[in-house]
Amino acid sequence: MPASDVAIIGAGAVGCAMARRFALEGARVLLLEKGADLLSGASKANSAILHTGFDAPAGSVELACMQAGYAEYLEIRDRMNLPLLKTGAMVVAWSDAERAALDGIEDRARTNGVGDVRRLTASEIREREPNLSHGALEALLVPGEHVIDPWSPFLAYLLQAKAHGAEIVFDAEVLGGAFDGDGWTLRTAKGEFHARTIVNCAGLYGDRIERTLLGEASFEIRPRKGQFAVFDKAAAELIRTIVLPVPNERTKGVVLCRTAFGNVLVGPTAEEQEDRERATVEEDALVALLDRAIAMVPALADVDVTAVYAGLRPASEEKGYRIRTLPERNWITVGGIRSTGLTASLGIAAHVFGLYGEMGRRHQPIADPVWPTVANLAEHRLRDWARPGHGDIVCHCELVTQREIAQALEGPLPPGDFGGLKRRTRAGMGRCQGFNCNARLAEMTAGRFAAPLAADEAA
Amino acid sequence: MTATPAPRDDGVVDVLIVGAGPAGLSAATALKRLGVGSVVVVERETEAGGVPRHCGHPPFGMREFSRVLTGPAYARRLAARALEAGVTLKLGATVVGIERGESLVATLTDDGGLFRIEARRIVLATGVRERTRAQRLASGDRPIGVLNTGALQAYAYLQHLAPFRRPVIVGTELVALSSLLTCRSVGAKPVAMIEENAGPTVRRPFMALPRLLGVPVRYGAHIVDIRGKPRVERVSIRTADGSVEDIACDGVLFTGRFIPESSLARRIGLVVDPGTRGPSIDQFGRTSDPRVFAAGNLLRPVETAGWSWDEGRRVAGFVADDLKGRLPSADGATAIEPGRGVRYIVPQRLAPGGGGLDRLQLRVSAAAKGRLVARRNGAALASVALSAQPERRVLFPAAGLAAGPGPVVVGVEPLSRVTGC
Repeated sequence: MPASDVAIIGAGAVGCAMARRFALEGARVLLLEKGADLLSGASKANSAILHTGFDAPAGSVELACMQAGYAEYLEIRDRMNLPLLKTGAMVVAWSDAERAALDGIEDRARTNGVGDVRRLTASEIREREPNLSHGALEALLVPGEHVIDPWSPFLAYLLQAKAHGAEIVFDAEVLGGAFDGDGWTLRTAKGEFHARTIVNCAGLYGDRIERTLLGEASFEIRPRKGQFAVFDKAAAELIRTIVLPVPNERTKGVVLCRTAFGNVLVGPTAEEQEDRERATVEEDALVALLDRAIAMVPALADVDVTAVYAGLRPASEEKGYRIRTLPERNWITVGGIRSTGLTASLGIAAHVFGLYGEMGRRHQPIADPVWPTVANLAEHRLRDWARPGHGDIVCHCELVTQREIAQALEGPLPPGDFGGLKRRTRAGMGRCQGFNCNARLAEMTAGRFAAPLAADEAA
Repeated sequence: MTATPAPRDDGVVDVLIVGAGPAGLSAATALKRLGVGSVVVVERETEAGGVPRHCGHPPFGMREFSRVLTGPAYARRLAARALEAGVTLKLGATVVGIERGESLVATLTDDGGLFRIEARRIVLATGVRERTRAQRLASGDRPIGVLNTGALQAYAYLQHLAPFRRPVIVGTELVALSSLLTCRSVGAKPVAMIEENAGPTVRRPFMALPRLLGVPVRYGAHIVDIRGKPRVERVSIRTADGSVEDIACDGVLFTGRFIPESSLARRIGLVVDPGTRGPSIDQFGRTSDPRVFAAGNLLRPVETAGWSWDEGRRVAGFVADDLKGRLPSADGATAIEPGRGVRYIVPQRLAPGGGGLDRLQLRVSAAAKGRLVARRNGAALASVALSAQPERRVLFPAAGLAAGPGPVVVGVEPLSRVTGC
C-alpha cells in the first residue's frame, strides 16, 4: 500500500487549503512543492480581496467554491488568528457606458445570492469616500467584499495539515512518475514518493504536470501577468472601500484597495505572456497604474510608493476553473484557478474532497482537530510590537520585532527563503525596502536559506 | 483578540528628541548646556549615532571635533558628549505615535512594551533614507542583491558581510562614491557605475575615484531590466543613443536620491512640504504644531552630518528660548514658496520679527545660471548670483523677507530680467 493516500502537487493557495482539507478528513497527505517555501508561485502575488462572488458566472463551480470558501474563512478565522478588514467594495462607473453596465452587474449579484448590494449615487459615493475623484458617476456597493492577509491563511492551513500528519516537502519538483493501477510512484528532486491518488494543484505548471505524468494535458496554461504598486501607509486614510472597475470579459480590471497591512494597493495589470518563470515589473506599466490610482484618488499623488510587485495568474484557454477527475488513473486536476482562488481555496478543497469521495475513497475524519494560530500581521489588530518582551524592532517601517522573526525562523514551518520570511513577518516589506533592516536580516538568517542574503555565504 | 496592553508611564520631560543621529544628539547636548532640565533622546536602533554609525570612512567631525574621524568614531563621540552633558538616551525605543492635545504625549515601544513620555517640546530628527528600487519603478525581476547604500553600509560596517561581489552602482551623488569605498572594504568590485543624466551629480574631480578604482561610468543610462533568480545576474541599460547593453553583475546598488524619513511627522498630522517631503518649518524649526520642532536631514534631502549637527545645535537654541517664552509667535508667518527652477526651499515660512536661521536652503531642479530672486507680488525683494547644479547646496539670505503681507516666491531668473533690487 502506498505510504500516502494522496499526493498534492503544489503548495500554492489551492494546494495548502487542499492539504488541510484532506488531512482533516483523515487522509495521509503528502504535499510536494517545487519552490523553497509555500506560495512560491502564482499565489504570492494577488490583491488580497475576499470576494463574495457577486460577479462570478452564475451557476459555476467557481462561484460555488468562492462562496463556500468565503463562508469557511469567516467560520475558522478567529480560531487561527486570521484577520478580516471589513471594507466593502464599490463597482464604480466612470463613464455613461459603464453606468449602463451596472444594472447587469447588480442583476448578476442578486442571481448569485449576494442580495445586500445597493446602488450609490454620485453624492452618496462622495459622502462615503470623500477623497475619491468626483468623476465617479454611480456605483454598486457590495458590502460583503473584504480584505484579508494574502499569505498568513495558507501558513495556518499548512500548520493544521502538518499537525494532522501531513508530510510537506519543499524543493521537490516532480520530474516524472508512473501509475501501477493501484497508486503512483513520483520521481522528484527530493527522491521518490508513493501515493495512491494525485491532486494536481501545480498552478502555472498544472498542464505540464499532466503532460509529464499522464502523457497529455487536458488544458493549457496561458500565464497572465499582473503588476501591482503599493502606496505608503499614509494613503490608508484616503480610501476605505475597495474600488472596483466595471469589469470586462478578460479581467476584473484595476482595483484600488487598502491592504490588511495598512497600505493602499493598485493593480493588477493583465498581460498575456508565454514565460512561466519571469514576472517582471515594468516601468511603463507601473507609471500607468500609478496614474490610474491618482485619477481615482487624486491625493495619492503626494504619497510615496512603498513596493511594486508582479505575479502570473495561471489562466487557461478557457475562463472557468479546470477541475476534473480521472478515476481510472487515481487523478484529480485542479487547474486554471486565477485570482478568485484566494477566496475560493477552502471551497475548492471541500469540492475536490467530494470528488475524491466519489472516486470511492473513504477515511476517518479527525474528530477534534487542533487549531494552530499564526502571528497577526494586520495593522488594525494587536501586533507584537505592543507587547513586552519583543526584543527590539528590527524592521522599523513595518514594526516587525526581533521576537516575531525568531518565532518565524524557529516555528514548525520555518521559511525556506527570504520571500517566505517576508510573507511570515513583513520584515523588509515597508517603505524603506530594507534600507534599515536588510543587513540585520542577513545576519539573523545566516545559514538558513539556500539562497542567502549575503554574498559571503553564497561564495 | 487581545486588547492593547496599557502603556507604562515614563513621566514628563522638558524636551523629547526623536532620533539619535548628528542632529538629534547635537540638539540634546546643546539643550543641556543651555540649562534645560530634562532632555531625553529616543532612538529606534540599539546604538546611537544615526547614519554615520555605518559610514566606515572619513571625513567626519571637522566642524564638531576639529579632527578627521570615521563615521563610527564620530557617532560614538557625539553620543558620549551627549551623555556627558546629562542627556538621557533611550535606545531600542520606537515612537509609535504622538498625541498633540493640550500636552504632547509620545507613545513608544521597547523591549518592555508600550510606554508614554509627556514632553513640553519635541524635536523630530528622524533623518533620511534613499529612494528604493520600488520608488524608482525600475523594471525587471525582484531578486536578492538589490539594495540601497544605507543597507550596504550596514552589511559592511555593522554585520561584516558582503551583500554582493560585483554590483552595478546606480547614481553619482557623493554617497555613490562613498559606496565604492564601502564595496572595497568588503572585497566587492563594482562592475560599473551608471548615471541617468549626461554628467555626474558630484563635481567632476570626484569622478577620479571610479577611474582610479577601474570602475567604468556610463552616463545617460537608464535601467530597462534587472534579471536573476534568486540573485541578480545582470542588468540591462539603455544608453543615450537608444542601444541596450547588458552588464553581468550580482547586485544592484541604488544610491542617493534621498527622501526625508517623515513618516512619523505625517502620521501625527504635521504639515509635510511636497518639495522637501519633510515637515514644513519656520526659521526657528517649528513645524505646523509650534511645540514640535524639526532639525537635520528630516528637513530636506540631503546635507552632510556636520551641517545636520550644526542645525540641531541651532534649533536647540530656539527650543530653549521657546521654553522661556522668548520666541516670537508662530502666527502670521510669511510663506516662502519655490518659484521657477527651484525644487524646494526650507524654511517654508518666516515668522514675523526676524531671528532664527538666517539663510534659506534651496535646491534647483535643473542646472541653472543667472540670479536667484525673491519676489512678493512681482516686486523683487532680494537676489543673489546663482550657478548651481541639482543636489548641491544653495543658500539665500532670509533677512527682510518676512516684512510685508503675502507670500514670497524665490525663483531662478536670467541675468537680464532682474530689476528693482
